[in-house]
Amino acid sequence: MAEFRMPSLGADMEAGILVEWLVKPGEPVKRGDVIATVETQKGLFEVENFEEGVMGEPIVQPGEEVPVGTVLAMIHAEGEPVVPAETTPQAAAPMAEVRAGEAARGFSPAAPQPATPPAERIAVSPSARKLATELGVELGTLHGSGPHGAIQRCDVEQAATIEKLKPAPHPELPQTGGLRDGMRQAIAAAMSRSNREIPHYYLEMEIDLSRPLRWLEGENLKRPIRERILPAVLLLKGVARALADVPELNGFWLDNRLQVSPAAHIGFAIALRSGGLITPAIHDVDSLSLAELMTAMSDLIERTRAGHLRSSEMSDATITVTNLGDLGVRTVFGVIYPPQVALVAFGRIMERPWAENGMLGVRRTVTATLAADHRATDGHRGSQFLEALNHYLQSPEKL
Amino acid sequence: MTNDQLKEMIFRILKEIAPECDPVQLNPDESIREALDIDSYGFLQLLISICEETGVEIPEADYVRVFTLGGMLDYLGRHLL
Repeated sequence: MAEFRMPSLGADMEAGILVEWLVKPGEPVKRGDVIATVETQKGLFEVENFEEGVMGEPIVQPGEEVPVGTVLAMIHAEGEPVVPAETTPQAAAPMAEVRAGEAARGFSPAAPQPATPPAERIAVSPSARKLATELGVELGTLHGSGPHGAIQRCDVEQAATIEKLKPAPHPELPQTGGLRDGMRQAIAAAMSRSNREIPHYYLEMEIDLSRPLRWLEGENLKRPIRERILPAVLLLKGVARALADVPELNGFWLDNRLQVSPAAHIGFAIALRSGGLITPAIHDVDSLSLAELMTAMSDLIERTRAGHLRSSEMSDATITVTNLGDLGVRTVFGVIYPPQVALVAFGRIMERPWAENGMLGVRRTVTATLAADHRATDGHRGSQFLEALNHYLQSPEKL
Repeated sequence: MTNDQLKEMIFRILKEIAPECDPVQLNPDESIREALDIDSYGFLQLLISICEETGVEIPEADYVRVFTLGGMLDYLGRHLL
């Protein structure tokens, strides 16, 4: 038996809303199956399961918002009886609310709990009942100060006064901010943490892309337009190759030490047209051919914009690449996405004067920058990474 | 296809790629990508859709000729003759 939990879809996520169960109790599930959809501040995501077995009864129901790590359902081993969870949340939740309410009113949790009395049996004086109706006070929410806990006029008056003092919900602001506000908050939290915790260092290198781009244009001429490969794919693959040479940039800073990742899952920054950005991961970039990588990137962009990202794509990027310069700027100085330890950024590919072998020419170049965590690596290693990146990009046919 | 039909088709495709934009405001000699904030992926989608509707496959070497609306209309007009 295994627990299926609310995943963490990035360092900035604290809670998520279970939107829908896509598998019914009793149905078999495999590793990698999408079994639920979850909404976070960054949108709607498909959540994968990582156990073989049979879907159990849901513990969390659609519409409930729960913290990261909360058990959503059990996945039972094949052949194991699928028993409903002992306490369903519908039964547990009201009880928890009652307890919290009592604690707030000064009850000792150890005090004997009266078996939740029906509302009619609350001891309340007739004049207090009348006043409560007039003032719109719920008698069931009051703790009486009279003999045997009986509710008196003064209790009702006090409750009505407290109610008035409570700040009214702001009429023009929605209680739960829109998705875009939520995303802004999520980005704000992650970037604040990054700047607070990560001692960044930055390195920059101008890379001559004339040869790789000429090679790519030749390749694209042989392909139908639908299978054309974008220059960004060369850059992504170049990063994956260079990471194999400098693996210290690929991984996480956790528990005060660097944890290098054996796989290169590259988070690819995708700007949403409606504002904000998402950096889902392309898995195992090092093992994909350029054509496969183009397919993976297109798929990821389409699904990001349509809101069909999978949980694993949101949670396991080992480094981030941003191609912000695709439109406009020449140099990008990135902010690392914690707990990652590096971010590689590319500016706009443009023609620039280029001096080489005593000659001045015009080349198509790109500025590659590395933002890296100085706790994990030093500038020397970072510089070796950029040199390796340049080296691999100059032989695009071997990427 | 007339020039107006081509323009209408391009506007319709651009609206699909960038739903919040107003392609009608596009100046004939400004960069489509810069004016409407379309990245290289979006621009490739534009060219794929144009190819599907007109049969004209614009090679990368000709990208410089179709960066503006005027250039694009001119280019398609010549290749559709």
